[in-house]
Amino acid sequence: MTKTQAAPLLEVKDVVAGYASEVDILHGVSITVHGGEMVAIIGPNGAGKSTLLRAIFGLLAARRGQIKLKGQDVTNHAPNELVLRGLSYVPQVDNVFPSLSILENLEMGAFIREEGLAERLEYVLSLFPDLAGRRGEKAGKLSGGQRQMLALGRALMLDPNVLLLDEPSASLSPKMVDMIFDRIKMINAEGTGILLVEQNAREALSVCHRGYVLAMGENRLEGEAKSLLDNEEVGKLYMGT
Amino acid sequence: MILAGKRPAWARGLKPSDFIATAVLLTITLAIPFIAYEQSRGAFPDGNIAGTMSFYTAFLVTVGVFALLTMGLNIQWGYTGVINFGVLAFFMLGAYTTAIITKGDPQGDFTTYIGGWGNDLNLIPALATDQWLPFVIATAAAALAAGLLALLVAFPTLHLREDYLAIATIGIAEVMRRVVIEERWMVNGSRGLTGVPQPLGGLVDQSDYKYLNVVIVGIVVIIVFFALERAVRSPWGRVLRGLSDDEEATAASGKNVFAFKTQSFVVGAAIMGIGGSMYAYAFSALSPDAFTHLFATFIFWAMLMVGGSGNNKGAIAGAYVIWGLWTISLQMQGYELGDVIESRMPFIRGLLLGVAIVGVLLIRPLGLLPQERRVSAWVERRVKKERSTPAPPAET
Amino acid sequence: MATPQTISPNLGDRLRGFQRSAGNIAAGGGLWAAIIGFTVWAAFAERDALTVGIVLGAILALGAVGLTLIFGVLKFAHFAHGDSMMLSAFIAWLLLNGIIVGERAGSETTLLPVTINDLPGADSAIWEFSFGYGLIVAMLLTAVLTAGMMVGIDRVVYRRLRRRKSGIVIFAIASLGLAFVMRSVILIFWGPTPRLYTPGIRNRIDLPFDVSVLADQLFILAAAFVVTGIVYVMLFRTKLGKAMRAMADNPDLALISGIDTDRIITWTWAVAGCLIAVAGVLLALQAHLDSELGFALLLPLFAAAIVGGLGNPQGALVGGFVVGITQEVAVTFDFLSPGYKFSVAFAILILILLVRPRGLFGERS
Repeated sequence: MTKTQAAPLLEVKDVVAGYASEVDILHGVSITVHGGEMVAIIGPNGAGKSTLLRAIFGLLAARRGQIKLKGQDVTNHAPNELVLRGLSYVPQVDNVFPSLSILENLEMGAFIREEGLAERLEYVLSLFPDLAGRRGEKAGKLSGGQRQMLALGRALMLDPNVLLLDEPSASLSPKMVDMIFDRIKMINAEGTGILLVEQNAREALSVCHRGYVLAMGENRLEGEAKSLLDNEEVGKLYMGT
Repeated sequence: MILAGKRPAWARGLKPSDFIATAVLLTITLAIPFIAYEQSRGAFPDGNIAGTMSFYTAFLVTVGVFALLTMGLNIQWGYTGVINFGVLAFFMLGAYTTAIITKGDPQGDFTTYIGGWGNDLNLIPALATDQWLPFVIATAAAALAAGLLALLVAFPTLHLREDYLAIATIGIAEVMRRVVIEERWMVNGSRGLTGVPQPLGGLVDQSDYKYLNVVIVGIVVIIVFFALERAVRSPWGRVLRGLSDDEEATAASGKNVFAFKTQSFVVGAAIMGIGGSMYAYAFSALSPDAFTHLFATFIFWAMLMVGGSGNNKGAIAGAYVIWGLWTISLQMQGYELGDVIESRMPFIRGLLLGVAIVGVLLIRPLGLLPQERRVSAWVERRVKKERSTPAPPAET
Repeated sequence: MATPQTISPNLGDRLRGFQRSAGNIAAGGGLWAAIIGFTVWAAFAERDALTVGIVLGAILALGAVGLTLIFGVLKFAHFAHGDSMMLSAFIAWLLLNGIIVGERAGSETTLLPVTINDLPGADSAIWEFSFGYGLIVAMLLTAVLTAGMMVGIDRVVYRRLRRRKSGIVIFAIASLGLAFVMRSVILIFWGPTPRLYTPGIRNRIDLPFDVSVLADQLFILAAAFVVTGIVYVMLFRTKLGKAMRAMADNPDLALISGIDTDRIITWTWAVAGCLIAVAGVLLALQAHLDSELGFALLLPLFAAAIVGGLGNPQGALVGGFVVGITQEVAVTFDFLSPGYKFSVAFAILILILLVRPRGLFGERS
């Protein structure tokens, strides 16, 4: 871990972005994810958390700033190129293909890759045994939690270096939230860097290594997850304590 | 870019296509009188003034009627983005409604139709009459009928995606044509209706009626034009623009959007009904064969796209340009183009209309007359959005 | 690290799922009962019309599957579908005998130096059919040409509109413009007179249960069956087909997954082009080659696709038969003259939009 910290996996520098013909939502945000790290972005509603993930993944043009993946500049690269370079993204909603079977969903996750598919599939299904038993079923029939598992599984099919997760715990039962975070930890333990956006700040900071607090499209605070958890301002503002 | 510096002050900021647009307008305006004169030579070797004028007035009346229909389509598509691929239905309904109200009782064994209140309204037998109120009422009835039909089509489809309405309008056009052809008792089937009385025919000599015809159609076009311009700038029109400018608000007040779209669809259809009514008066004869998809739906799309969507002046200009080019190409048929081209001329014209629509969409989405930008909120915003959104950078 | 454990969906999730499917069954049930009841009744009362309806249904199904594929992947209503079907029918005609309208309207001339009918025995009738193997060859060649044509049109027109992020209404109007271009091309080359692939009498075949069909109609059914099978395998067994369905389901997620959406779109046009060509040739075999037919055909095609749920290929297949059968049987009623055939399709379309806009098979509202 100390070795990889020299060259960060994902580096976001002063990114300014917003939707077309509207005002900017991000006014210069900087974020770093080192190898093997699990990083949380928290902040109030409208802070620009999800927008940041979309900008990193090339779904939204960054008007200024730079995004580097493994030291290489990938600012405003198209999603299909970023996928090839080892970046995966799980959106908050609509993150499965509802009329495709579970197996086909996973297959689509690995669309651009031919070799090693079987092993990869085995790994993902071993991570989510729930899915393994229902592999022929349509994804549209899954419950909210199972959908989230499938979405994670789809993103893992390409063995990404960095996984971007947009509110993986949104609208799940507490039991399911624990389960999902548990799986994310397992994925991280395999060496995949994780950048997740969370409304549920306490839960997120308790599993992540480091955290960033975003407000009004700008960096507000950053630090070790533990220290943020103990931080009075963070507690007051975003955790309701 | 290189030329820009050498242009005089008034021409700066004009695009090459602006010059082409001006050239097209000028060519048509100069060519039509010439063609009118040429046409009259068919009967009189040296040409004659009456022949020239009757060709010329017929041209203007047609442009006027088509301008009405194009303005109706403009309210639907240009301002609100509602697609109507069945202009034919509302056009035809307006024309037939007018005809059966103003015509006299059916004459002869092979003529059957409903209505025929012309005698009761004192429009018949005096074919030349100076009554005006019944004609206005018949036109209002045409507008009302077309508007009601629009309401009927809008109800099941307008709250769905835009293209469902487009499909439904094709359907209503097909049903309208079928009913007219199959139900002979209703409007005389494929034999059609002739002898629709002429408004204010008693005021002038029959041979001079063509001038009055131009004046009447012209007045209706002007009334509709100014009424629409007022409406678009009224609170009603502002709601429209406000809604189409702010997508958040659009989504938030879904019900209002539905109501507004319905209103604009109905108003547009009513104007098409008025256009149909004017068609019946101006040409005095109706036949289902005349209401083809090409001549009763498609040509108005070409006129609106070429003239400029979301701009009433553009709608009128489009009607003028397209019908002008159509007329010029009809005249060219008289020259030696060779049998191969000549026998296919009608189809080539259809082809060019299709190409014109696609070409305008690809090259000049705002049409010939883009200056009236204030009004064309919907299309303007669309185009702006298309231009400002950066293309995905590394798309293959 | 905790070992993976199975998690069952909570009760709320289950209940909601059950409610949803129960509602679906109730709303769809009435329609299904009506459709099946009508078909069974027709099997006794109007057997001939039902037979023709099934043949027409197979053709409409092919067309509607193509239409629904385009709608699913590209998200717009392809208003040039009927006219492209007719244009490909005429392309097959050209390949068969090379004939176009001559210098004067009404006269004829040959455009191609070599045609399929020049092949030995190409036009001598097979079995009881009215045509030889030439027509089948022409149909397959046309499928390739039409696929190329659709891809070409996409490159020149639709792709540019996509790059500009044009709205669906712009695509609709562009496709209407192209529909008229195609219809005009037919008229320019072949004129307004309806044509037949082969002249002469059509042989009838007697089947059990008092059913008699034209031999050609058996061919239409068989060909439609084979092509549908191929498309089914393509959509559900190949990676390409799965990616098409994925794009139809969730285009954003397809992009996020790294699917090359441009390539999938190209292939969608190619597949739709093949379906258009086969449907067009079969339709011309059942009815005739006629420039007027293309645009009118939009109604039953869209009705079929909407009955099955726009974007759903299996749905479009069933929808094709529903519309084809209803259309043919309904005009045997005394109060409906045969001229109202396409109006019946329109009535079905409005009914389904009122009762169940997402179609018989649509799951999402």
